[in-house]
Amino acid sequence: MAKILLEMKNITKTFPGVKALDNVNLQVEEGEIHALVGENGAGKSTLMNVLSGIYPYGTYEGDIVYNGEVCKFNTIKDSESRGIVIIHQELALVPEMSIGENMYLGNERGRKAAIDWDTTYAEADKYLKMVGLTESSKVLVKEIGTGKQQLVEIAKALAKNAKLLILDEPTSSLNEEDSRALLDLMLGFKKQGMTMIIISHKLNEVAYVSDKITVVRDGSTIETLDCHGSEPISEDRIIKGMVGREITNRFPKRENVAVGEINMEVDHWTVHHPLYPERKVVDDVSMYVRKGEVVGIYGLMGAGRTELAMSIFGQSYGTLTAGTLKIDGKEVRLRKTPTDAIKHKIAYVTEDRKGNGLVLSQSIKVNTSLANLDSIASRTVIDKDREYQVAEEYRDKLNIKTPTVEQLVGNLSGGNQQKVLLAKWMFAEPDILILDEPTRGIDVGAKYEIYCIINDLAAAGKSVIMISSELPEVLAMSDRIYIMNASKIVGEMKASEATQENIMAAILKSGRGD
Amino acid sequence: MKKSVSSVLKENTMIIVLLVVFLFFTWRTGGTMFSPTSFNSLITQNAYVYILASGMLMCMLTGGNIDLSCGSVVCLVGAIGAFFMKIAGLNAGVSVILMLLIGIVYGIVLGYLIAYMNIPPWIATLAGYLAFRGLGTAILSANSTTGSINIGSEQGFLKVFSGKMFTTKNNVLNVPCITVGIIAAILVVLLNIISRATKLKKGYEADSAQSVLIKSVIEAAVILLVGYKLAMAGGIPTVLIWVAAVLLIYHFITDKTTIGRHFYVVGGNREAARLSGVNTRRIMFLAYLNMAVITVVTTWVVLARSQAANATAGTNYEMDAISACVVGGVSAYGGSGRIFGMVVGATLIGVINLGMSLMNIDANFQKVVKGVVLLGAVAFDIISKRRGK
Repeated sequence: MAKILLEMKNITKTFPGVKALDNVNLQVEEGEIHALVGENGAGKSTLMNVLSGIYPYGTYEGDIVYNGEVCKFNTIKDSESRGIVIIHQELALVPEMSIGENMYLGNERGRKAAIDWDTTYAEADKYLKMVGLTESSKVLVKEIGTGKQQLVEIAKALAKNAKLLILDEPTSSLNEEDSRALLDLMLGFKKQGMTMIIISHKLNEVAYVSDKITVVRDGSTIETLDCHGSEPISEDRIIKGMVGREITNRFPKRENVAVGEINMEVDHWTVHHPLYPERKVVDDVSMYVRKGEVVGIYGLMGAGRTELAMSIFGQSYGTLTAGTLKIDGKEVRLRKTPTDAIKHKIAYVTEDRKGNGLVLSQSIKVNTSLANLDSIASRTVIDKDREYQVAEEYRDKLNIKTPTVEQLVGNLSGGNQQKVLLAKWMFAEPDILILDEPTRGIDVGAKYEIYCIINDLAAAGKSVIMISSELPEVLAMSDRIYIMNASKIVGEMKASEATQENIMAAILKSGRGD
Repeated sequence: MKKSVSSVLKENTMIIVLLVVFLFFTWRTGGTMFSPTSFNSLITQNAYVYILASGMLMCMLTGGNIDLSCGSVVCLVGAIGAFFMKIAGLNAGVSVILMLLIGIVYGIVLGYLIAYMNIPPWIATLAGYLAFRGLGTAILSANSTTGSINIGSEQGFLKVFSGKMFTTKNNVLNVPCITVGIIAAILVVLLNIISRATKLKKGYEADSAQSVLIKSVIEAAVILLVGYKLAMAGGIPTVLIWVAAVLLIYHFITDKTTIGRHFYVVGGNREAARLSGVNTRRIMFLAYLNMAVITVVTTWVVLARSQAANATAGTNYEMDAISACVVGGVSAYGGSGRIFGMVVGATLIGVINLGMSLMNIDANFQKVVKGVVLLGAVAFDIISKRRGK
């Protein structure tokens, strides 16, 4: 049996009023990849923050035994000096600085006050090669893609002499190709003896790389599964641990609703990039959606799906150079503002809820009413009591878990934030809803609830366009699927005819673009 | 909803600080701080802060944006107004309207530059800060050998923007003043009761009768105290009517209207606001147009109080307004802050100023104290909020 590198014993961490971790135990063997899974708010991140010294010794109970010693980390520097390095979900790179500068930020090479740039760049290049990047470390971070930025984060961690690498949702912003490359890189590091902890919602990835899987639920460790046991661990088996019950179906059944008339249609829709006008981000796209229909748009990240959606939504992205938009058979010319789109009963539910979806510093109530404030105001005076009532109504309807609708949205978990975002747009009473990655970064339970909401919307006769890069979700939820690649629609099929294989084939056949 | 004592204290930190500071100065000045004259001075000396900070608050809500030019605009528009009245010989009413028009034109230009040309507000207004004081001084020195234009003879103008209403002698109870105070107190109490009653009638959650009672008693007591003190100081300062009107209007806008809500969400997350159908550029435009109008209102009361336009008028007013907002809990990043908080902040600074003057503290040292108080107040506020989490 391999040596135990890290053992966290009976860790209990309380915040005022909440027990975030309750007697958590975690054992990580040297040279393994250990996955930590659990719903949002289960305590995974808190546990890692305890480990890395973000919550210093003394603010929690229990012991961290690392390399046979009890550790008392007071700052993140303490844990890093022992080789425990955490890579957070949100990339923490300065876009205007070079890769090399970023890698040694706070860990500068050189003597005393002076930075030795030659050493910095030489060492940076060495680590970049280890993660498979060919870029020079003098390139600015803003000039490389997200996938490569994630690799820079890993190179940065390696430069700190990491022995235990913690990756928090490393693939959440990567497309499938980059994700796979990253996971393979992890397997490569394992061969060289590196120990890693990965936190992820993507269970297929967890199953692909992990040696052991520890399931966290409600602040406690539920079980640790050994992936090299007698029988393989199925995704359903992991989910059962996460939610505490058997989920027989990850997707609610679609009632067969009568699909109605064509509600919205775009023809030869072409959009150019706002900053590089010569670049087409949406190229001659034609598509439609019927009343009561859920249309999936599947494509890899960067395929132009968000750009298509936002350009339909009052040209809130890019410049429209060609194409027509018809609503209920009549051509409409939206002015270049989301306000006009909302007036025409279109809603765009963004993929980036924190970035451009919600006002995190405001309450659930304020966020819920935002897109349709006029409906609860008379002559611009807001009826606050009515507003409160509306927020309560949607809290019930969407099962938003919060003690009060006066709660700031920034304090909610990802799944609940997503529900508030949906509440806002449902309250705007649109006929056409464009949902962009509606289940990104939220846990299995919340996902199921979001799926139910989507079904309800379709059953109520709304037209739903669901953009997603999760194939199983697109297959299970859509009536019809468009496949998008390199700014173009490269395929359309009924859900009944669609399979993972023929969708991927459509993308491959269209080539990788350019 | 039951609130714990500590949470009530936490929400009202600045009010408690204000109370303590006020009591401290009352003690150090042997009671002078609590005299009717002091109450009168607090209002007349700080009227410009209350008015100007209402506009500044709207700018800050949109994302921590400020207007550096307002102090210089006070100087320039004051000089132009005095020029109209005394040199050009225009009627005071016409002059007042012309001043307002100049403010509106400036506001439109400034708003356009900031909202539609994306010039950072502090740069756009820094230009005005530099240019307008120069222009104002130039107008004054071209038309007067002393560098200031006296408007002491414009009785109509002075009466509307300064002085007292229904004047009586000091230390004689001024009946109109105390009557207004009593009516205001009764109105506030009634509003509290009605608001709770409608909430209950519609079946919404409302504060307990006890807390509404306590709130009403405190509010009525403060209004009555101020009313009594002012009544003993010779009557209602005319400028108080202007201040009260501005504060009530902006409280209403920020607290109750859709447009006010839009200011908050633009400051909270501009992209989210835009994609929710808020015309974010228009909000930015309105913030600075509004600021220019508010600055003209400030100019009126300042000009009337000093009875002359001079080159130093409005010096550091922008800083006073920003300080009042910041001490009053308006976020320097935008998206949060209330008129009531700003009033507490402005009053706190005013009390400290007055208290130090009454104690004959050296003027240079007063500046040091103000700087320390500004930082201390904000630090205190941040720390007490952090503990709350």
